[in-house]
Amino acid sequence: MIELEHVHFHIGPHHIIKDVSFKVHRGETKVILGASGSGKSTLLRLIMGLIRPDSGRILIDGEDTTGLSQTELREMRKGIGMVFQEGALFDSMTVGENIGYALFESRRVAQAEIEDRVRDILNYLGLGEELIDRMPDQLSGGMQRRVAVGRAIAAYSPRIMLYDEPTTGLDPLTVETITELITRLRDEKTMTSVVVTHEIVDALKVANSFLVISQGEVRFDGDCNQLRLSDETYVVEYLAPFRRAIREHAII
Amino acid sequence: MAYPLALARLNDGAKRFVLGLQDLAYMTMRVIARLFYPPWYFRETLEQMHFIGVGSLGLIVLTGVFTGQALALQFSYELGAFGSKDYLGTVMANAIIRELGPVLAALMVAARVGAGITAEIGAMKTTNQIEALESFGIDPLKKLAVPRLVAMLLMVPMLTVVCDVISILGGWIIAGFIAHVSTTIYWAAVRDRLIFGNIFVGVVKPFIFATIVAMIAFQNGFAVTGGTKGVGRYTTRSVMISSISILFGDFFMTKVLFSMLGWKF
Repeated sequence: MIELEHVHFHIGPHHIIKDVSFKVHRGETKVILGASGSGKSTLLRLIMGLIRPDSGRILIDGEDTTGLSQTELREMRKGIGMVFQEGALFDSMTVGENIGYALFESRRVAQAEIEDRVRDILNYLGLGEELIDRMPDQLSGGMQRRVAVGRAIAAYSPRIMLYDEPTTGLDPLTVETITELITRLRDEKTMTSVVVTHEIVDALKVANSFLVISQGEVRFDGDCNQLRLSDETYVVEYLAPFRRAIREHAII
Repeated sequence: MAYPLALARLNDGAKRFVLGLQDLAYMTMRVIARLFYPPWYFRETLEQMHFIGVGSLGLIVLTGVFTGQALALQFSYELGAFGSKDYLGTVMANAIIRELGPVLAALMVAARVGAGITAEIGAMKTTNQIEALESFGIDPLKKLAVPRLVAMLLMVPMLTVVCDVISILGGWIIAGFIAHVSTTIYWAAVRDRLIFGNIFVGVVKPFIFATIVAMIAFQNGFAVTGGTKGVGRYTTRSVMISSISILFGDFFMTKVLFSMLGWKF
């Protein structure tokens, strides 16, 4: 479970996150919606411990991570997988090396075992084993995102997954593949997931609950039906173009 | 109003300079502290040694041979005016081992390797690869900076020795074919100057220059913002600051090392 309690974060004079609190229960997928620059990706970085909040608490499975040392944070991160915007694959390594990277770095796994694991992951992702020796720049955007998911789950079997704009800039068919992968990971591995996006239609496919933020403040926290019924001005305006899709999804 | 504005700019510039120095000192402390505990990245260190050492060899050889020849031409002309061409080997050995070899090798490494390190780390930063490393529980300084620093500390002194040897050889070509100094006299004079003090000065400097170039490259690489344009801007900045620091540091080191050796002016 992930819990944020009254979290504040600023850079210079800019308050990026203002008094944000929310919970993501085990096995739940929460989608964070908001316009560009609203602080969505910053929330993921705070959960991952890549940046520290100015005040407030972030609890991962009940453990307060805000006071952990860098070494403790690195250990904690092994339980969390993160898929970055554009994938952030290591561009000097092959697909196989990317997926097996964390296993290789752990220095406890034989090379043959890493290769087997990489092949299993490629099959699980629906990517052919022939991709193993390709470089990231030889892959399509959708393939890169799937390899990034594979890299995140390959080593430590994380119990939490964080996705930063996983479907942005992809064609509809590839978006379908990625959203299906996110829900499959949640359902098969009971993963707690946080998905940051501004693609509302994609969000509806994966979300159990929503968090809408604007200028670092939470404007809404609830499920799809509550989102449909919300009368918060910002939420109404932000979601206006997608009312029909939300209504249909809420009914389903 | 022009004066207060100029003063304010000077003040801002001074603050930025001090802040930059503070960042550099902090980065240096963090990287050096990481030299002493595991994990050790031997494969990365070897790759960097190859990139820095073998990759820079051609550049160093070309720089050394032409600089050595130009220097020998200059010295032989001036020494000839006093009938002292036989001292060509002496001045060549002194100038190259103590000054030109370390400085030229460091400048070439700053241009080739320092720029490469800044651009590589900067590109990784702009594409979130550094954060991806952190997400796997990997310390980016340990993984990226330490192997490069170790490789620099091992390779820059070796490249300096190569530069020294090639420059002196270049000088010998000029001595033999243009200045008409006997080969025996030239090499005897060079051998005569291979004293402890000269070698000490010529070996200590490359270690300091390697650290300067590496740290400035790391500081700029990890500070990159502003996408690909930012990578270009910080890479240029890294080479510029490294080059100035090498020349500036060389002056101070020469003074300090001379004092340490008890050499009077």
